Amino acid sequence: MNLPIDKSSTPGLVLAVFFGFIFGFLLDRGRVDRYEVIVNFFRFRDFTMLKIMLAAIVVGGIGVGILNAAEMVTLHIKDLSLGGLLIGGAVFGVGMVLLGYCPGTGIAAIGTGSVHGVIGFLGMIVGAIAYGVSYPWWKAHVLVLGDFGKVRLVDSGVPAVVCWIIILGIAAAILRGPVRKIERGR
Amino acid sequence: MKKSILQQGKWNPYVVGAGIGILSVLVFLIVDTPLGVSTTVAELGGAVLGLFEGRESVKAIDYWAKYPPAINYGLLFVIAMLVGAFVSAKIAGTFAVEMVPKLWSDRFGPGMGKRALAAFWGGFLLLFGARLAGGCTSGHGISGTLQLAVSGWVFFAVVMLSGIITARILFSSGSKTRNPQQS
Repeated sequence: MNLPIDKSSTPGLVLAVFFGFIFGFLLDRGRVDRYEVIVNFFRFRDFTMLKIMLAAIVVGGIGVGILNAAEMVTLHIKDLSLGGLLIGGAVFGVGMVLLGYCPGTGIAAIGTGSVHGVIGFLGMIVGAIAYGVSYPWWKAHVLVLGDFGKVRLVDSGVPAVVCWIIILGIAAAILRGPVRKIERGR
Repeated sequence: MKKSILQQGKWNPYVVGAGIGILSVLVFLIVDTPLGVSTTVAELGGAVLGLFEGRESVKAIDYWAKYPPAINYGLLFVIAMLVGAFVSAKIAGTFAVEMVPKLWSDRFGPGMGKRALAAFWGGFLLLFGARLAGGCTSGHGISGTLQLAVSGWVFFAVVMLSGIITARILFSSGSKTRNPQQS
């Protein structure tokens, strides 16, 4: 079988359903489609989201890294456009705490019965429209600010293996240090 | 009687995270597509706008020329996500209609109007911010970071900082007693 499969082909669309199902299922079992779990992460009271994200990043990153070294996958690096990332990320953070979900977990939450999640989804649609309509302005004034293109941590000269050792070290230090301390304190 | 793993509503977060990591590797390998959600919502936004403005005029807008609304991989992925979460919650018995979450009503009262307003504008800011940044928690926060993309790590850090400040403003003033966490 030749990989990758064209995602607009019929097998590709069947796989979309399969992968999406697994993703939604996992998000629910991780309970990150719960308002409290998301909001309490930002209040340092529930570290479920952080644990899931760090585990996903490390496992996925090492897997994709190995396959990339074997030239079996293509990377998809997004531009380091500081204007868009800083303003967009800040706006996103406010929205995430107000709604109590991110886009993916909010959609999953609708499946678990969250009515306010449905309202949040309507907000997402309107937000997407507002951005799409005002896109030329953002493109001309903000997206061009601090645009460094497709930069990876390894472009600094630090080998990927060292990057992962540092990431693992920091993740372990946070999870075994402050996180454990706070969790024991309750 | 011990519940089987399929009936347990909460799995170990590291197991869930590792599962999402493996899923990320599989989507890279098999369909050459990183996990991502907000692009699809942007396309859906274009489709909704098309209902009012006409499809052709939407296609003429720069942004939706780039992300044309269509029944495609991303849309099926997102719909299947919702179904996956539904099936998971049904099997585990955790499906429950939630109008106002408890943490919210403890702080802001049980009124649906206030909660709806926050949820709507929260969703608005989420997608607006995600499109400005070029991705969301999945596209930047997981798929980007795991490829060692600097953009992903910057997004991760900025969202954390902004969310922590927002949570502090929303939840600390007014609550005199530090309510012990009951999770």
